[in-house]
Amino acid sequence: MEERIGVFVCHCGTNIAGVVDVKRVAEELADYPGVAYSTDYTYMCSDPGQNLVKDAIKKHNLTGVIVAACSPTLHEATFRRAGMTAGMNQYQVEIANIREQCSWVHQGDKEAATSKAIRTIKVMIEKARLDEALEPISVPMTPRALVVGGGIAGIQAALDVANAGHEVILVEKSASIGGHMAQLSETFPTLDCSQCIMTPKMVEVAQHPKIRLMTYSEVDDVSGYVGNFKVKIRKKAAYVNRDVCTGCGLCVEKCPAKTPSEFDEQLADRKAIYTPFPQAVPNKPVLDAEHCTYFLKDGKCGICAKVCPLDCIDYEQKDEFIEEEVGAIIVATGYDLYPIENLGEYGGGKYADVITSLQFERMLSASGPTGGEVLRPSDGEVPSEVVFLTCCGSRDTENHLPYCSKICCMYLTKHAMLYRHKVHDGQAYVFYMDVRTGGKGYEEFYTRAAEEDDVLYIRGKVSKIFEEDGRVMVWGVDTLSGRKIEIAADMAVLGLATVPNEAAAKLASMLKIHTDEWGFLSEAHPKLRPVESLTPGFYLAGSAQGPKDIPESVAQASAAASKVAALFAETEYHREPVIAVIDEDTCAGCRVCISVCPYDAAEFDDEKKVARIKEAICEGCGACIAACPSGSAQQKNLTDEQLYKMVSAALEV
Amino acid sequence: MFEPRIVCFFCKWCTYAGADLAGTSRKQYPPNGVVVRVNCTGRIDPQHVLWAFREGADGVLVGGCHPGDCHYEEGNHKTMRRVQFLKRTLEDVGIDPERLQLDWISAAEGEKLVHVMSDFVDTIKELGSLELGLKEQEKVA
Repeated sequence: MEERIGVFVCHCGTNIAGVVDVKRVAEELADYPGVAYSTDYTYMCSDPGQNLVKDAIKKHNLTGVIVAACSPTLHEATFRRAGMTAGMNQYQVEIANIREQCSWVHQGDKEAATSKAIRTIKVMIEKARLDEALEPISVPMTPRALVVGGGIAGIQAALDVANAGHEVILVEKSASIGGHMAQLSETFPTLDCSQCIMTPKMVEVAQHPKIRLMTYSEVDDVSGYVGNFKVKIRKKAAYVNRDVCTGCGLCVEKCPAKTPSEFDEQLADRKAIYTPFPQAVPNKPVLDAEHCTYFLKDGKCGICAKVCPLDCIDYEQKDEFIEEEVGAIIVATGYDLYPIENLGEYGGGKYADVITSLQFERMLSASGPTGGEVLRPSDGEVPSEVVFLTCCGSRDTENHLPYCSKICCMYLTKHAMLYRHKVHDGQAYVFYMDVRTGGKGYEEFYTRAAEEDDVLYIRGKVSKIFEEDGRVMVWGVDTLSGRKIEIAADMAVLGLATVPNEAAAKLASMLKIHTDEWGFLSEAHPKLRPVESLTPGFYLAGSAQGPKDIPESVAQASAAASKVAALFAETEYHREPVIAVIDEDTCAGCRVCISVCPYDAAEFDDEKKVARIKEAICEGCGACIAACPSGSAQQKNLTDEQLYKMVSAALEV
Repeated sequence: MFEPRIVCFFCKWCTYAGADLAGTSRKQYPPNGVVVRVNCTGRIDPQHVLWAFREGADGVLVGGCHPGDCHYEEGNHKTMRRVQFLKRTLEDVGIDPERLQLDWISAAEGEKLVHVMSDFVDTIKELGSLELGLKEQEKVA
């Protein structure tokens, strides 16, 4: 059958048409071999645009469709659906990317952009000419989700997926869920106590019949694809039989070894055997071998084992590996603070009274190391002047990170306000570049701090902090008045930039999901697909994707959970059929394909002495095709023949 | 003025997405390359590259995921080895191996794509047009 291809050139308003001569493109391509219909339209993705495509398919009995528009990541699915409703096979609808990779990047040369657009479309026409009608491959769906990270985002996502009726495995690397939110004192803009709103959710997770909570565990390996992932989880040796332990706390009480507490941000000590905080979930200790006397001094201690009434202590315990199958993975690995040591100009890491915002949080917390009192770390005195600094590491292209960490303006406002509530005659200063209060009730909160709690806001950056006579000297400029400012303060709190959790980079690399240049996980589309990764089956929640406050993290977690619930609504997952296929007639049985396949998707048929591709497993990477010496391995709808013709079309004059 | 013709084989996970990012960020680069999108650079057969030169390409740019980041485990490693081998072959047949370039460009590296593409176009401009004259020879024959 002779092919009858339709070409539909989108203007995208002026996004494409402002640079590419779309009329000329459509006209020139009308004469290209095999093209039966060619036209242009303002917005091809709009309803009338899609109808134009559908009508043309029927009217001209098209065998292939090229939509020349934006990147296929945006609207390939849209137009494939449109093609299907007009009775066409979806895999015969192709996108030629003439926006992201043409009109937007060649704005200064309309002639060259137009010529490139024509060649780009011809490449796809050559592909479509040989595209076969294919059907998606159906594979069974495992309706179980893995949530990585047990902060507020992971907790919310796990609860929502579980409440939709699906099993969830929640993996958290530390001994308790809760994340950074559990460390916070009160939360802006309502000043609810963080523990009070957080702990009920933590308990709900632990008690939910659909949630399997795995704390002190890490994801070690992930293989497979959406609907059918195999995950290997490493349950770290806790040296405590946590299934039997009742959390009585005797071991913790009697343990003689101490080390700075991570949860209290090094402001207090914890024991070597410990639960991170009193409301921990699960409220059962783990033993940190690195600081344990028994491990450091060859068995000389063992007090915890002696006092444990249930014989839970097991010094021989090893890491345990658990393999599970899941259909979707939500990544909620959260954030860390930019290292305070990087802020050398403010004496970060050098002066005891220059502290991080999370340290100040712990100080404000009623269950924190100071019992909620604001005290100078150096001498335990109540500070009468405290300076709060926004943008410590953020919005500093030259020395640190260029992006806005988003939450610091608000939490420093909260800090200053809470400090004033606790120390009535204290003076709070906030140095700011801009006060960004983009959230419901946020501007009012800031106004309250400035007007009712007399927090002094100074517009300008601090240039230097140094110690003098036991005080923290802060030098800066008030850019509104142009005056130099020098404050002899008792303490400085740095609003350090938000950076992705260090675990995120390793995990992203293992999961093969994208990150941006700062290590935050990339969403499939910045506006329309903000909670999905570009790799199917992976969803993003919370600060792992970018700096976020609590309401946003919760909203994103619920959104990710609803995406997972929608995925699990089908009992089968439909995979792209553009996989490898081997021609049995020409295969010589050399088995090169089997040796190069990363998925063991190629197998050998001992009877016929040829190789064969397992459809449900092949990912369509094409490694076997490039390696096959006889050309017997081919990729469906991207055969060597298609590639040769596409290359030729790319080079047409 | 000589405008090189360049074929770009970009993997859809990293470099193609990086090229999309360059677009969304409205970064500008020369329009000499036309992209052929493949699932993985590991799909590219050395013959595809030779074919491109035969069909009149002055340069071929292959863009894939950084080592360790390949969506398909190690397709990019296979490509790396093939490209090295292919560069030697090109030299043997009288094509400057610089006309074939492999680079790792992630989905986050729109800026890098712009640099790689611009530099490659400059390199090819310096090398000049690749006059294989194959098509003409065939015509005569």
